[in-house]
Amino acid sequence: MAEIAEGGGGGHKGGKKRAKKQSTRIDMTPMVDLAFLLLTFFVLTATFSKPKSMELTFPVPPSPNDPPPPAIKNGITILLTKDDRIFYYEGEYKAVDGEKGPKTTLSELNFSQESLHKYLADKNKWATDEISKLDDKLHSKQIVDSTYKRMVREVKSNKLAPTILIKTDDKATYKNVIDVIDEININLIGKYVVVDILKPEMDMILEKTGG
Amino acid sequence: MSKKPSKGGAPALDMTPMVDLAFLLVTFFMLTASFRMAEPVIVDPPSSIGEVMLPDNHIMITIDGNGRAFFGISNAAAKMNALRKMSEKYKVPFTEEQIKKFSGLPSFGVDIKDLPNYINTSESERAKFQPQKGVPNDTLNNPQLKDWISLGGAEAVMIYNEAKGKAAESGQEFKAEKPRYAIKCDGKTKYIVVKDVVKAFTDLKIFQFNLITGLEANPNQKH
Repeated sequence: MAEIAEGGGGGHKGGKKRAKKQSTRIDMTPMVDLAFLLLTFFVLTATFSKPKSMELTFPVPPSPNDPPPPAIKNGITILLTKDDRIFYYEGEYKAVDGEKGPKTTLSELNFSQESLHKYLADKNKWATDEISKLDDKLHSKQIVDSTYKRMVREVKSNKLAPTILIKTDDKATYKNVIDVIDEININLIGKYVVVDILKPEMDMILEKTGG
Repeated sequence: MSKKPSKGGAPALDMTPMVDLAFLLVTFFMLTASFRMAEPVIVDPPSSIGEVMLPDNHIMITIDGNGRAFFGISNAAAKMNALRKMSEKYKVPFTEEQIKKFSGLPSFGVDIKDLPNYINTSESERAKFQPQKGVPNDTLNNPQLKDWISLGGAEAVMIYNEAKGKAAESGQEFKAEKPRYAIKCDGKTKYIVVKDVVKAFTDLKIFQFNLITGLEANPNQKH
């Protein structure tokens, strides 16, 4: 079956007998078996790609003698809680109605495409528009790659672009956090941070979810 | 050539090209294979559009669905040195043989007091090793995870710097990457568990991580 069929193999059909050719036939079956066995083994055990990852930088905890941080412009606080629910509020937290505006109340979002994605896309419209303009410039070769990257960074850190604070209570899962960060990355938002939740925010969540 | 006139016997088939191909593939897979070490736990990380490859030189914390933390260093020499330092610090003696064996193990999730037993356990029994409750990460009383990160990280960086210095001396190109810190966590894990691990890192002034995630298509990429 598995053999090298030499050309001379079928040659003795004609009437005249030729000088007998020594045909070299090697039974290759065991070798082929082994080759495929090894092949199967390596195919099944091969790990092709290194795991992919997402880079994330956490904030340096402020030291007591640091000056208080400047107020955040265009801040959005996203609060994550149990059952994959997302709450958010914009601006600073205000406990009561005051000069700066009414008391903070929470609105709800979910992980669907029309909810969180759309909300973040709307909020970051200015930056995405600027970046798509830069994209066009890059494709028409008006600017080089390094300039493009620098300008994108500038747009992302512009104060017109929103800053997102991600906070979780003790029931939110890791997946929720990664999903939110991922959505932020998809929407090209450059300023976001995962920070500790405050007590009043926790209370607001409890009020909404009913404990 | 491929077919003999049928004389009742089995038809001979020229298998040479197929065999050539089979061996080519075998060679390819053999040379590209990098064997994945059996992880002590199966973790299902969430997916993201992040495309940063995890560097080969890394220190990885794996957190499973139950919140157990597992610690691993990719560099065997750093791992051995870290164990020596930890052994000194926690007064748990290890034999040289155990240290050597430890360097070949994947990430582990046991208290250092149980580590000698864990190392001595046979490979097939190791998965069922009972005290595998995760590396303790009690910031106040038992900050073992933090110590592992700090000692292991220092060793990995030292080995990296040494190699770099050697390469610079001999004028060779230096390709190795700086050790990175990675967190691989199950999607269902409560975030507060991850937060405690992150706290261990930030206490050590490490602020940048690679979070291992499954790959997901980026909807923004049109081309």
